[in-house]
Amino acid sequence: MSLFNVMDIASTGMSAQSIRLNTTASNVANANSVSSSYEDTYKARHPVFAAEMQRASQEQSAGSRVNVLGVVESTKPLQIEYSPGHPMADGDGYIYKPNVNVVEEMADMMSASKAYETNVQVADTTKRIFRNVLRLGQGS
Amino acid sequence: MAISLDKLMGFHHKALQVRTERMEVIAGNLANANTPGYKAKDIDFQQAMKSAQFNQSHNLTRTHEGHIKGSMKAVDDLQFRTPNQPDTGDGNTVDVQIERNTFLDNGLRYQAGMEFLNGKIKGMKKAISGGQQ
Repeated sequence: MSLFNVMDIASTGMSAQSIRLNTTASNVANANSVSSSYEDTYKARHPVFAAEMQRASQEQSAGSRVNVLGVVESTKPLQIEYSPGHPMADGDGYIYKPNVNVVEEMADMMSASKAYETNVQVADTTKRIFRNVLRLGQGS
Repeated sequence: MAISLDKLMGFHHKALQVRTERMEVIAGNLANANTPGYKAKDIDFQQAMKSAQFNQSHNLTRTHEGHIKGSMKAVDDLQFRTPNQPDTGDGNTVDVQIERNTFLDNGLRYQAGMEFLNGKIKGMKKAISGGQQ
């Protein structure tokens, strides 16, 4: 139970959101990466968050940190397009496009950046309070 | 009459402790704003203050690291927040607006508590030095 714990929690939040921003960037960048088979096509990736309950249940800290359990690939069906003139087309003339929804990704990105900002502000406020604690009793 | 620094600081010191704990809980809520299934928590300041003042918590001493930690509190201060809108779809009940404002409010009150403590220290310093600088 100390102010350092608040900093810790805010930093886990920041790293979780930055992983989310990373996957979003990767999804948007690969939105148009076509390929010639179902398996080789890029699939949208999203991180899975979970609250870290272990430390909280051991009463080491009252607040709970956030954990990234892993990154999962979306199982939404891919877009298959008939385009025999495409250099990546398979034997039957089909190309496979990723299942990335760019609009969804943009909204996700905004949400992630706002959440990141919130965590930065938490850390900033904690820092200011900490500085005041250090100055306690000083001055005339 | 002996000077008791504990009595001098006592109340505000405990208030700051509870404020720190509350800050931690709210920071946890904000960090988990996008975690599916996470339920927002908060500390009931009044209850926490009461139990801190009368020291109504007991911990069992552990003499071996394999022992299970045992503690007893008169009232559990940590409570789940009542969401003011129905389930958003993933079971998360964190309302970032509310949490941010609560964090701000808590931070300001922390600083107010610190000012009180500062005043106490200043007063005591003056008393010790007899008002001469």
